[in-house]
Amino acid sequence: MNIIEILHLIHEFKEYDENETEIDTVRALDDVTLSIEEGSFVTILGHNGSGKSTLAKHVNALLLPTGGTVLLCGEDTLKTKELWQLRKNAGMVFQNPDNQIIAGIVEEDVAFGPENLGVPTAELEKRVENALERVGMAAFRMNSPNRLSGGQKQRIAIAGMLAMKPKCILMDEPTAMLDPVGRREVIETVHELNRQEGITIVLITHYMEEAVDADRVIVMDGGKLVMDGTPREVFSRVEELRECRMTVPQVTELSWELKKEGVDLPDGILTIGELVEELEKVRRSSVWN
Amino acid sequence: MELTLKNVSYSYNPDAPEPVYAVRDVSLTIRSGDFAALIGHTGSGKSTLIQFMNGLLKPTEGQVLFNGEDIFEKKYPLKTLRQKVGLVFQYPEHQLFEETVLKDICFGPKNMGLSKEEQEERARHAMKLVGLAESYEDKSPFELSGGEKRRVAIAGVLAMKPECLILDEPTAGLDPAGRDDILGTVRALSDEEGIAVVLVSHSMEDVAVYAERLFVMKKGELLYDDTPKAVFRHYKELEQIGLSAPQVTYIAHALREKGFDVSEDAMTVAELKQEILRVLGK
Repeated sequence: MNIIEILHLIHEFKEYDENETEIDTVRALDDVTLSIEEGSFVTILGHNGSGKSTLAKHVNALLLPTGGTVLLCGEDTLKTKELWQLRKNAGMVFQNPDNQIIAGIVEEDVAFGPENLGVPTAELEKRVENALERVGMAAFRMNSPNRLSGGQKQRIAIAGMLAMKPKCILMDEPTAMLDPVGRREVIETVHELNRQEGITIVLITHYMEEAVDADRVIVMDGGKLVMDGTPREVFSRVEELRECRMTVPQVTELSWELKKEGVDLPDGILTIGELVEELEKVRRSSVWN
Repeated sequence: MELTLKNVSYSYNPDAPEPVYAVRDVSLTIRSGDFAALIGHTGSGKSTLIQFMNGLLKPTEGQVLFNGEDIFEKKYPLKTLRQKVGLVFQYPEHQLFEETVLKDICFGPKNMGLSKEEQEERARHAMKLVGLAESYEDKSPFELSGGEKRRVAIAGVLAMKPECLILDEPTAGLDPAGRDDILGTVRALSDEEGIAVVLVSHSMEDVAVYAERLFVMKKGELLYDDTPKAVFRHYKELEQIGLSAPQVTYIAHALREKGFDVSEDAMTVAELKQEILRVLGK
Protein backbone atom coordinates (compact mmCIF):
# COMPACT_ATOMS: atom_id res chain seq x y z
CA MET A 1 0.00 0.00 0.00
CA ASN A 2 1.20 3.50 -0.72
CA ILE A 3 1.19 5.81 2.26
CA ILE A 4 2.09 8.83 0.15
CA GLU A 5 0.72 9.43 -3.35
CA ILE A 6 1.87 12.51 -5.21
CA LEU A 7 0.36 13.13 -8.64
CA HIS A 8 1.59 15.85 -11.01
CA LEU A 9 2.35 18.13 -8.08
CA ILE A 10 3.16 21.72 -8.95
CA HIS A 11 4.18 24.36 -6.44
CA GLU A 12 4.53 27.96 -7.50
CA PHE A 13 5.18 31.07 -5.53
CA LYS A 14 5.16 34.65 -6.67
CA GLU A 15 7.92 37.20 -6.28
CA TYR A 16 7.20 40.86 -5.74
CA ASP A 17 9.29 44.04 -6.06
CA GLU A 18 9.38 46.86 -3.47
CA ASN A 19 6.04 48.24 -4.71
CA GLU A 20 4.46 44.84 -4.23
CA THR A 21 3.99 44.45 -7.96
CA GLU A 22 4.23 40.87 -9.09
CA ILE A 23 7.45 40.42 -11.05
CA ASP A 24 7.95 36.73 -11.34
CA THR A 25 6.47 33.32 -10.71
CA VAL A 26 8.88 30.69 -9.46
CA ARG A 27 8.06 27.04 -9.93
CA ALA A 28 9.61 25.20 -6.98
CA LEU A 29 8.04 21.86 -7.87
CA ASP A 30 7.44 21.04 -11.49
CA ASP A 31 5.09 18.13 -12.18
CA VAL A 32 6.29 15.70 -9.53
CA THR A 33 4.70 12.25 -9.46
CA LEU A 34 5.82 9.88 -6.73
CA SER A 35 4.44 7.04 -4.62
CA ILE A 36 5.98 5.95 -1.36
CA GLU A 37 5.17 2.54 -0.04
CA GLU A 38 4.13 2.13 3.58
CA GLY A 39 7.00 0.91 5.75
CA SER A 40 9.77 1.94 3.36
CA PHE A 41 12.85 4.07 4.04
CA VAL A 42 13.30 6.71 1.37
CA THR A 43 16.13 9.23 1.18
CA ILE A 44 15.76 12.42 -0.86
CA LEU A 45 18.94 14.09 -2.15
CA GLY A 46 19.29 17.31 -4.10
CA HIS A 47 21.21 20.59 -4.03
CA ASN A 48 20.08 23.66 -2.07
CA GLY A 49 17.00 25.00 -3.82
CA SER A 50 16.19 21.79 -5.71
CA GLY A 51 12.76 21.48 -4.09
CA LYS A 52 13.36 18.76 -1.47
CA SER A 53 12.02 20.64 1.54
CA THR A 54 9.09 22.03 -0.44
CA LEU A 55 8.16 18.48 -1.39
CA ALA A 56 8.34 17.28 2.23
CA LYS A 57 6.17 20.17 3.40
CA HIS A 58 3.48 19.14 0.90
CA VAL A 59 3.33 15.66 2.38
CA ASN A 60 2.03 16.86 5.74
CA ALA A 61 0.09 19.78 4.30
CA LEU A 62 2.32 22.58 5.58
CA LEU A 63 2.09 23.65 1.94
CA LEU A 64 -0.79 23.03 -0.42
CA PRO A 65 -0.52 22.29 -4.15
CA THR A 66 -0.73 24.98 -6.83
CA GLY A 67 -1.55 22.10 -9.16
CA GLY A 68 -1.82 18.33 -8.85
CA THR A 69 -2.70 16.21 -5.84
CA VAL A 70 -1.06 14.96 -2.66
CA LEU A 71 -2.61 12.05 -0.79
CA LEU A 72 -1.41 11.10 2.68
CA CYS A 73 -2.89 7.80 3.87
CA GLY A 74 -5.47 8.21 1.12
CA GLU A 75 -6.56 11.71 2.27
CA ASP A 76 -6.28 14.58 -0.20
CA THR A 77 -4.38 17.43 1.53
CA LEU A 78 -6.40 20.04 -0.39
CA LYS A 79 -9.81 18.57 0.32
CA THR A 80 -9.44 17.25 3.84
CA LYS A 81 -11.61 18.75 6.57
CA GLU A 82 -9.48 17.20 9.29
CA LEU A 83 -6.12 18.87 8.74
CA TRP A 84 -4.88 18.18 12.27
CA GLN A 85 -5.84 14.53 12.08
CA LEU A 86 -4.10 14.28 8.73
CA ARG A 87 -0.90 15.89 10.00
CA LYS A 88 -0.82 13.44 12.90
CA ASN A 89 0.04 10.75 10.35
CA ALA A 90 3.25 12.44 9.26
CA GLY A 91 5.51 13.98 11.88
CA MET A 92 8.26 16.32 10.81
CA VAL A 93 11.77 16.76 12.27
CA PHE A 94 13.80 19.80 11.24
CA GLN A 95 17.46 20.77 11.04
CA ASN A 96 18.02 22.73 14.22
CA PRO A 97 17.24 20.77 17.39
CA ASP A 98 17.17 23.96 19.48
CA ASN A 99 14.24 25.35 17.51
CA GLN A 100 12.10 22.30 18.19
CA ILE A 101 12.39 21.98 21.92
CA ILE A 102 9.93 23.99 23.94
CA ALA A 103 9.68 22.54 27.44
CA GLY A 104 12.07 22.66 30.39
CA ILE A 105 11.96 18.93 31.09
CA VAL A 106 12.40 16.16 28.55
CA GLU A 107 9.14 14.32 29.36
CA GLU A 108 7.09 17.51 29.08
CA ASP A 109 8.60 18.21 25.70
CA VAL A 110 7.72 14.74 24.43
CA ALA A 111 4.18 15.06 25.85
CA PHE A 112 3.50 18.38 24.12
CA GLY A 113 2.23 16.94 20.83
CA PRO A 114 -0.08 14.20 22.13
CA GLU A 115 -1.38 16.52 24.85
CA ASN A 116 -2.52 18.92 22.17
CA LEU A 117 -4.26 16.06 20.43
CA GLY A 118 -6.27 15.55 23.63
CA VAL A 119 -4.75 12.22 24.69
CA PRO A 120 -5.96 11.37 28.27
CA THR A 121 -3.32 11.63 31.04
CA ALA A 122 -2.94 7.90 31.80
CA GLU A 123 -2.45 7.10 28.11
CA LEU A 124 -0.15 10.12 27.73
CA GLU A 125 2.19 8.82 30.43
CA LYS A 126 2.45 5.49 28.68
CA ARG A 127 3.09 7.07 25.30
CA VAL A 128 5.85 9.33 26.61
CA GLU A 129 7.57 6.50 28.42
CA ASN A 130 7.32 4.25 25.40
CA ALA A 131 8.54 6.92 22.96
CA LEU A 132 11.60 7.75 25.09
CA GLU A 133 12.34 4.05 25.41
CA ARG A 134 12.31 3.61 21.65
CA VAL A 135 14.82 6.41 20.98
CA GLY A 136 17.06 5.23 23.82
CA MET A 137 16.48 8.32 25.96
CA ALA A 138 14.42 6.88 28.83
CA ALA A 139 17.20 7.62 31.33
CA PHE A 140 16.93 11.35 30.53
CA ARG A 141 13.19 11.61 31.14
CA MET A 142 13.43 14.11 34.01
CA ASN A 143 16.45 16.02 32.65
CA SER A 144 16.55 19.49 31.21
CA PRO A 145 16.82 19.36 27.38
CA ASN A 146 19.38 22.15 27.21
CA ARG A 147 22.04 20.01 28.85
CA LEU A 148 21.77 17.36 26.12
CA SER A 149 24.00 16.94 23.06
CA GLY A 150 22.67 17.75 19.57
CA GLY A 151 22.10 14.08 18.75
CA GLN A 152 20.21 13.55 22.00
CA LYS A 153 18.05 16.62 21.34
CA GLN A 154 17.14 15.32 17.90
CA ARG A 155 16.19 11.99 19.45
CA ILE A 156 13.91 13.87 21.87
CA ALA A 157 12.33 15.61 18.89
CA ILE A 158 11.79 12.20 17.27
CA ALA A 159 10.27 10.88 20.53
CA GLY A 160 7.86 13.82 20.45
CA MET A 161 6.75 12.66 17.00
CA LEU A 162 6.46 9.02 18.10
CA ALA A 163 4.21 9.96 21.01
CA MET A 164 1.67 11.12 18.40
CA LYS A 165 1.84 7.65 16.79
CA PRO A 166 2.56 8.76 13.24
CA LYS A 167 2.65 6.32 10.34
CA CYS A 168 5.37 8.32 8.68
CA ILE A 169 8.24 10.56 9.83
CA LEU A 170 9.60 13.25 7.50
CA MET A 171 13.08 14.48 8.36
CA ASP A 172 14.52 17.60 6.78
CA GLU A 173 18.31 17.47 7.25
CA PRO A 174 18.05 16.29 10.86
CA THR A 175 21.83 15.78 11.13
CA ALA A 176 23.17 18.96 9.50
CA MET A 177 24.18 20.50 12.81
CA LEU A 178 25.42 17.38 14.62
CA ASP A 179 28.86 15.95 15.31
CA PRO A 180 29.72 12.56 13.71
CA VAL A 181 28.55 10.46 16.65
CA GLY A 182 25.34 12.50 17.02
CA ARG A 183 24.70 11.92 13.33
CA ARG A 184 25.10 8.18 13.69
CA GLU A 185 22.82 8.07 16.76
CA VAL A 186 20.00 9.79 14.90
CA ILE A 187 20.31 7.71 11.73
CA GLU A 188 20.51 4.43 13.66
CA THR A 189 17.45 5.42 15.69
CA VAL A 190 15.31 6.05 12.61
CA HIS A 191 16.46 2.85 10.96
CA GLU A 192 15.40 0.91 14.04
CA LEU A 193 11.97 2.57 14.07
CA ASN A 194 11.60 1.70 10.42
CA ARG A 195 12.66 -1.95 10.84
CA GLN A 196 10.97 -2.77 14.10
CA GLU A 197 7.77 -0.78 13.86
CA GLY A 198 7.32 -0.33 10.15
CA ILE A 199 7.20 3.47 10.37
CA THR A 200 7.75 4.98 6.94
CA ILE A 201 10.79 7.28 6.90
CA VAL A 202 11.46 10.07 4.41
CA LEU A 203 14.93 11.46 5.08
CA ILE A 204 16.28 14.57 3.38
CA THR A 205 20.04 14.87 3.70
CA HIS A 206 23.25 16.28 2.24
CA TYR A 207 25.32 13.47 3.72
CA MET A 208 25.56 10.75 1.09
CA GLU A 209 26.62 8.08 3.59
CA GLU A 210 23.23 8.42 5.26
CA ALA A 211 21.50 7.32 2.06
CA VAL A 212 23.41 4.05 1.73
CA ASP A 213 21.08 1.95 3.91
CA ALA A 214 17.82 3.34 2.53
CA ASP A 215 15.44 1.17 0.47
CA ARG A 216 15.24 3.87 -2.13
CA VAL A 217 17.06 7.07 -3.07
CA ILE A 218 15.40 9.92 -4.94
CA VAL A 219 17.39 12.80 -6.43
CA MET A 220 15.78 16.17 -7.16
CA ASP A 221 17.02 18.94 -9.42
CA GLY A 222 15.18 22.07 -10.51
CA GLY A 223 11.91 21.00 -8.88
CA LYS A 224 11.81 17.66 -10.71
CA LEU A 225 12.68 14.08 -9.80
CA VAL A 226 15.76 13.23 -11.83
CA MET A 227 16.77 9.86 -10.34
CA ASP A 228 14.89 7.21 -8.43
CA GLY A 229 16.28 3.80 -7.53
CA THR A 230 18.11 1.70 -4.97
CA PRO A 231 21.19 3.31 -3.39
CA ARG A 232 23.34 1.06 -5.59
CA GLU A 233 21.60 2.15 -8.78
CA VAL A 234 21.70 5.84 -7.93
CA PHE A 235 25.27 5.95 -6.62
CA SER A 236 26.50 4.15 -9.74
CA ARG A 237 25.75 7.35 -11.66
CA VAL A 238 28.66 9.37 -10.25
CA GLU A 239 28.97 11.86 -13.10
CA GLU A 240 25.26 12.63 -13.33
CA LEU A 241 25.15 13.18 -9.58
CA ARG A 242 28.03 15.64 -9.81
CA GLU A 243 26.10 17.57 -12.45
CA CYS A 244 23.29 17.92 -9.89
CA ARG A 245 25.82 19.36 -7.36
CA MET A 246 25.73 16.07 -5.45
CA THR A 247 28.41 13.56 -4.69
CA VAL A 248 28.63 9.91 -3.59
CA PRO A 249 29.96 8.31 -0.39
CA GLN A 250 33.78 8.30 -0.25
CA VAL A 251 33.97 4.51 -0.62
CA THR A 252 31.85 4.71 -3.80
CA GLU A 253 33.92 7.58 -5.17
CA LEU A 254 37.17 5.74 -4.49
CA SER A 255 35.86 2.60 -6.21
CA TRP A 256 34.74 4.62 -9.20
CA GLU A 257 38.13 6.36 -9.44
CA LEU A 258 39.94 3.00 -9.25
CA LYS A 259 37.69 1.58 -11.94
CA LYS A 260 38.58 4.51 -14.20
CA GLU A 261 42.23 3.54 -13.74
CA GLY A 262 41.48 0.05 -15.02
CA VAL A 263 40.91 -1.83 -11.76
CA ASP A 264 38.19 -4.43 -12.36
CA LEU A 265 35.47 -3.36 -9.91
CA PRO A 266 31.65 -3.42 -10.16
CA ASP A 267 29.63 -0.17 -10.19
CA GLY A 268 27.96 1.26 -7.12
CA ILE A 269 30.05 -0.17 -4.30
CA LEU A 270 28.46 1.16 -1.11
CA THR A 271 30.32 -0.28 1.85
CA ILE A 272 33.91 -0.67 2.99
CA GLY A 273 33.38 -4.45 3.27
CA GLU A 274 32.31 -4.69 -0.40
CA LEU A 275 35.33 -2.73 -1.62
CA VAL A 276 37.78 -4.79 0.43
CA GLU A 277 36.22 -8.02 -0.85
CA GLU A 278 36.33 -6.87 -4.47
CA LEU A 279 39.94 -5.76 -4.16
CA GLU A 280 40.84 -9.16 -2.74
CA LYS A 281 39.33 -10.74 -5.87
CA VAL A 282 41.38 -8.38 -8.03
CA ARG A 283 44.52 -9.29 -6.11
CA ARG A 284 43.86 -13.03 -6.48
CA SER A 285 43.23 -12.81 -10.20
CA SER A 286 46.32 -10.66 -10.81
CA VAL A 287 48.46 -13.29 -9.04
CA TRP A 288 47.36 -15.85 -11.65
CA ASN A 289 47.65 -13.62 -14.67
CA MET B 1 50.12 38.19 12.68
CA GLU B 2 50.31 35.98 15.72
CA LEU B 3 47.31 35.12 17.87
CA THR B 4 48.05 33.22 21.06
CA LEU B 5 45.81 31.70 23.68
CA LYS B 6 47.91 31.25 26.78
CA ASN B 7 46.56 28.87 29.42
CA VAL B 8 43.02 30.13 28.93
CA SER B 9 40.12 28.76 30.95
CA TYR B 10 36.49 29.70 31.16
CA SER B 11 34.29 28.85 34.07
CA TYR B 12 30.69 29.84 34.75
CA ASN B 13 31.31 29.82 38.49
CA PRO B 14 35.02 30.64 38.94
CA ASP B 15 34.62 31.42 42.63
CA ALA B 16 32.93 28.16 43.58
CA PRO B 17 34.93 25.57 45.54
CA GLU B 18 34.76 23.24 42.52
CA PRO B 19 34.31 25.41 39.42
CA VAL B 20 32.75 23.91 36.28
CA TYR B 21 34.88 24.63 33.23
CA ALA B 22 33.68 25.14 29.65
CA VAL B 23 37.31 25.54 28.59
CA ARG B 24 40.24 24.49 30.71
CA ASP B 25 43.89 25.46 30.38
CA VAL B 26 44.12 25.70 26.59
CA SER B 27 47.24 27.08 24.92
CA LEU B 28 47.67 27.47 21.17
CA THR B 29 49.10 29.88 18.59
CA ILE B 30 47.86 30.80 15.12
CA ARG B 31 50.14 32.56 12.62
CA SER B 32 49.68 34.18 9.20
CA GLY B 33 49.22 31.57 6.50
CA ASP B 34 48.00 28.86 8.88
CA PHE B 35 44.95 26.87 7.82
CA ALA B 36 43.69 25.15 10.94
CA ALA B 37 40.48 23.34 11.78
CA LEU B 38 38.94 23.15 15.22
CA ILE B 39 36.96 19.98 15.83
CA GLY B 40 35.18 18.59 18.85
CA HIS B 41 31.88 17.08 20.00
CA THR B 42 28.90 19.31 20.81
CA GLY B 43 29.63 21.10 24.05
CA SER B 44 33.40 20.56 23.88
CA GLY B 45 34.12 24.29 24.14
CA LYS B 46 34.78 25.16 20.47
CA SER B 47 32.48 28.17 20.39
CA THR B 48 33.81 29.50 23.69
CA LEU B 49 37.35 29.19 22.38
CA ILE B 50 36.71 31.13 19.16
CA GLN B 51 34.98 33.89 21.08
CA PHE B 52 38.21 34.42 23.03
CA MET B 53 40.07 34.90 19.79
CA ASN B 54 38.47 38.20 18.89
CA GLY B 55 37.76 39.38 22.40
CA LEU B 56 34.01 38.71 22.47
CA LEU B 57 34.49 36.70 25.63
CA LYS B 58 37.11 37.17 28.32
CA PRO B 59 38.65 34.02 29.76
CA THR B 60 38.28 33.66 33.52
CA GLU B 61 41.95 32.61 33.62
CA GLY B 62 44.85 33.01 31.19
CA GLN B 63 45.64 35.51 28.46
CA VAL B 64 44.83 36.18 24.81
CA LEU B 65 47.74 37.80 23.00
CA PHE B 66 47.57 39.47 19.59
CA ASN B 67 51.07 40.14 18.25
CA GLY B 68 52.33 39.76 21.80
CA GLU B 69 49.90 42.22 23.39
CA ASP B 70 47.27 41.18 25.91
CA ILE B 71 43.92 42.08 24.32
CA PHE B 72 42.16 42.33 27.69
CA GLU B 73 44.54 44.95 29.04
CA LYS B 74 42.84 48.28 29.70
CA LYS B 75 42.84 50.62 26.67
CA TYR B 76 43.59 47.81 24.22
CA PRO B 77 41.66 48.74 21.04
CA LEU B 78 39.25 45.79 20.87
CA LYS B 79 37.34 47.39 18.01
CA THR B 80 40.45 47.32 15.82
CA LEU B 81 41.19 43.78 16.91
CA ARG B 82 37.75 42.66 15.75
CA GLN B 83 38.51 43.99 12.28
CA LYS B 84 41.79 42.10 12.22
CA VAL B 85 40.31 38.89 13.60
CA GLY B 86 37.07 38.37 11.68
CA LEU B 87 34.52 35.95 13.04
CA VAL B 88 31.89 34.39 10.78
CA PHE B 89 29.17 32.82 12.90
CA GLN B 90 27.08 29.76 12.12
CA TYR B 91 24.34 30.48 9.59
CA PRO B 92 25.77 33.97 8.91
CA GLU B 93 23.16 34.52 6.23
CA HIS B 94 20.66 35.16 9.03
CA GLN B 95 22.59 38.32 9.77
CA LEU B 96 22.22 39.86 6.31
CA PHE B 97 19.90 42.82 6.48
CA GLU B 98 20.65 45.48 3.83
CA GLU B 99 18.68 46.11 0.65
CA THR B 100 21.50 45.18 -1.68
CA VAL B 101 24.47 42.86 -1.59
CA LEU B 102 26.92 45.75 -2.01
CA LYS B 103 25.40 47.75 0.88
CA ASP B 104 25.47 44.72 3.11
CA ILE B 105 29.15 44.10 2.46
CA CYS B 106 29.91 47.82 2.99
CA PHE B 107 28.48 47.70 6.50
CA GLY B 108 31.76 46.71 8.19
CA PRO B 109 33.99 49.21 6.33
CA LYS B 110 31.35 51.90 6.96
CA ASN B 111 31.61 51.31 10.71
CA MET B 112 35.36 51.63 10.39
CA GLY B 113 34.72 55.22 9.27
CA LEU B 114 36.00 54.79 5.73
CA SER B 115 34.87 57.04 2.87
CA LYS B 116 32.12 55.80 0.59
CA GLU B 117 34.59 55.17 -2.25
CA GLU B 118 36.85 53.16 0.02
CA GLN B 119 33.92 51.17 1.41
CA GLU B 120 32.77 50.22 -2.06
CA GLU B 121 36.25 49.46 -3.28
CA ARG B 122 36.75 47.08 -0.37
CA ALA B 123 33.31 45.55 -0.84
CA ARG B 124 33.96 44.93 -4.55
CA HIS B 125 37.33 43.39 -3.79
CA ALA B 126 35.74 41.14 -1.15
CA MET B 127 33.06 40.06 -3.65
CA LYS B 128 35.79 39.10 -6.08
CA LEU B 129 37.57 37.08 -3.39
CA VAL B 130 34.49 35.00 -2.61
CA GLY B 131 33.60 34.59 -6.27
CA LEU B 132 30.48 36.76 -6.48
CA ALA B 133 30.11 38.37 -9.92
CA GLU B 134 29.57 42.15 -10.25
CA SER B 135 25.99 41.52 -11.35
CA TYR B 136 25.18 40.61 -7.75
CA GLU B 137 25.93 44.12 -6.40
CA ASP B 138 22.38 45.44 -6.71
CA LYS B 139 20.53 42.24 -5.93
CA SER B 140 18.71 41.84 -2.66
CA PRO B 141 20.64 39.40 -0.44
CA PHE B 142 17.36 37.64 0.24
CA GLU B 143 16.82 36.46 -3.31
CA LEU B 144 20.09 34.50 -3.35
CA SER B 145 20.63 30.79 -2.77
CA GLY B 146 21.91 29.47 0.58
CA GLY B 147 25.49 29.19 -0.65
CA GLU B 148 25.45 32.64 -2.25
CA LYS B 149 24.07 34.26 0.90
CA ARG B 150 26.84 32.69 2.89
CA ARG B 151 29.39 34.12 0.45
CA VAL B 152 27.90 37.58 0.96
CA ALA B 153 28.23 37.15 4.72
CA ILE B 154 31.85 36.05 4.42
CA ALA B 155 32.59 38.94 2.04
CA GLY B 156 31.18 41.29 4.69
CA VAL B 157 33.88 40.13 7.10
CA LEU B 158 36.61 40.11 4.42
CA ALA B 159 35.82 43.73 3.53
CA MET B 160 37.33 44.68 6.89
CA LYS B 161 40.61 43.16 5.65
CA PRO B 162 41.11 40.73 8.51
CA GLU B 163 44.47 39.07 9.07
CA CYS B 164 42.76 36.09 10.64
CA LEU B 165 39.41 34.62 9.65
CA ILE B 166 37.49 32.34 11.99
CA LEU B 167 34.52 30.47 10.54
CA ASP B 168 32.06 28.53 12.70
CA GLU B 169 30.72 25.62 10.63
CA PRO B 170 30.59 27.55 7.36
CA THR B 171 29.25 24.58 5.40
CA ALA B 172 26.40 23.40 7.68
CA GLY B 173 23.28 22.83 5.59
CA LEU B 174 25.00 23.31 2.22
CA ASP B 175 24.91 20.73 -0.57
CA PRO B 176 28.19 18.94 -1.44
CA ALA B 177 29.08 21.29 -4.29
CA GLY B 178 28.28 24.30 -2.07
CA ARG B 179 30.56 22.89 0.62
CA ASP B 180 33.43 22.54 -1.85
CA ASP B 181 32.83 26.05 -3.24
CA ILE B 182 33.01 27.71 0.17
CA LEU B 183 35.98 25.70 1.43
CA GLY B 184 37.86 26.14 -1.85
CA THR B 185 37.33 29.89 -1.59
CA VAL B 186 38.59 29.98 1.99
CA ARG B 187 41.59 27.84 1.04
CA ALA B 188 42.47 30.27 -1.75
CA LEU B 189 42.21 33.23 0.65
CA SER B 190 44.72 31.54 2.89
CA ASP B 191 47.07 30.60 0.02
CA GLU B 192 46.89 33.83 -1.95
CA GLU B 193 46.27 36.50 0.68
CA GLY B 194 48.09 34.84 3.57
CA ILE B 195 45.05 35.18 5.81
CA ALA B 196 45.19 32.79 8.76
CA VAL B 197 42.08 30.59 8.84
CA VAL B 198 40.47 28.72 11.70
CA LEU B 199 37.62 26.53 10.58
CA VAL B 200 35.19 24.97 13.04
CA SER B 201 33.81 21.84 11.43
CA HIS B 202 31.95 18.60 12.07
CA SER B 203 33.01 17.11 8.74
CA MET B 204 36.13 15.00 9.09
CA GLU B 205 36.14 14.47 5.31
CA ASP B 206 36.33 18.23 4.74
CA VAL B 207 39.05 18.94 7.29
CA ALA B 208 41.13 16.07 5.88
CA VAL B 209 41.12 17.75 2.47
CA TYR B 210 41.49 21.40 3.47
CA ALA B 211 43.21 21.85 6.83
CA GLU B 212 46.93 21.67 7.54
CA ARG B 213 46.52 21.52 11.27
CA LEU B 214 43.83 20.24 13.62
CA PHE B 215 42.91 21.37 17.07
CA VAL B 216 40.81 18.70 18.79
CA MET B 217 38.76 19.65 21.82
CA LYS B 218 37.54 17.18 24.41
CA LYS B 219 35.31 18.37 27.26
CA GLY B 220 36.89 21.82 27.30
CA GLU B 221 40.48 20.66 26.98
CA LEU B 222 42.76 20.67 23.97
CA LEU B 223 43.37 16.97 23.29
CA TYR B 224 45.47 17.23 20.11
CA ASP B 225 47.21 20.01 18.18
CA ASP B 226 48.79 18.31 15.19
CA THR B 227 48.59 17.61 11.45
CA PRO B 228 45.38 15.87 10.26
CA LYS B 229 47.36 12.72 9.44
CA ALA B 230 48.78 12.50 12.95
CA VAL B 231 45.38 13.21 14.51
CA PHE B 232 43.49 10.63 12.44
CA ARG B 233 45.93 7.93 13.58
CA HIS B 234 44.01 8.26 16.85
CA TYR B 235 40.71 7.39 15.17
CA LYS B 236 39.67 5.09 17.99
CA GLU B 237 40.17 7.82 20.59
CA LEU B 238 38.31 10.25 18.33
CA GLU B 239 35.27 7.96 18.28
CA GLN B 240 35.22 7.87 22.05
CA ILE B 241 34.81 11.64 22.11
CA GLY B 242 32.00 11.91 19.57
CA LEU B 243 34.19 12.37 16.50
CA SER B 244 35.50 10.04 13.82
CA ALA B 245 38.04 9.86 11.01
CA PRO B 246 37.15 10.30 7.33
CA GLN B 247 35.64 7.20 5.73
CA VAL B 248 38.87 6.84 3.70
CA THR B 249 40.86 6.24 6.90
CA TYR B 250 38.56 3.33 7.77
CA ILE B 251 38.94 1.89 4.26
CA ALA B 252 42.74 2.08 4.59
CA HIS B 253 42.67 0.26 7.92
CA ALA B 254 40.27 -2.43 6.60
CA LEU B 255 42.58 -3.02 3.63
CA ARG B 256 45.64 -3.26 5.85
CA GLU B 257 43.89 -5.90 7.95
CA LYS B 258 43.55 -8.02 4.80
CA GLY B 259 47.23 -7.67 4.04
CA PHE B 260 47.13 -4.77 1.55
CA ASP B 261 50.21 -2.71 2.29
CA VAL B 262 48.54 0.73 1.86
CA SER B 263 49.66 3.61 4.04
CA GLU B 264 47.50 4.05 7.13
CA ASP B 265 47.94 7.80 6.72
CA ALA B 266 45.87 8.04 3.54
CA MET B 267 42.93 10.29 4.43
CA THR B 268 41.61 11.63 1.12
CA VAL B 269 40.13 9.71 -1.83
CA ALA B 270 43.02 10.86 -4.05
CA GLU B 271 45.69 9.67 -1.61
CA LEU B 272 44.16 6.25 -1.03
CA LYS B 273 43.58 5.77 -4.76
CA GLN B 274 47.32 6.24 -5.36
CA GLU B 275 48.15 3.84 -2.54
CA ILE B 276 45.84 1.11 -3.85
CA LEU B 277 47.14 1.48 -7.40
CA ARG B 278 50.70 1.24 -6.08
CA VAL B 279 49.95 -1.91 -4.09
CA LEU B 280 48.17 -3.52 -7.04
CA GLY B 281 51.17 -2.67 -9.20
CA LYS B 282 49.15 -0.57 -11.69
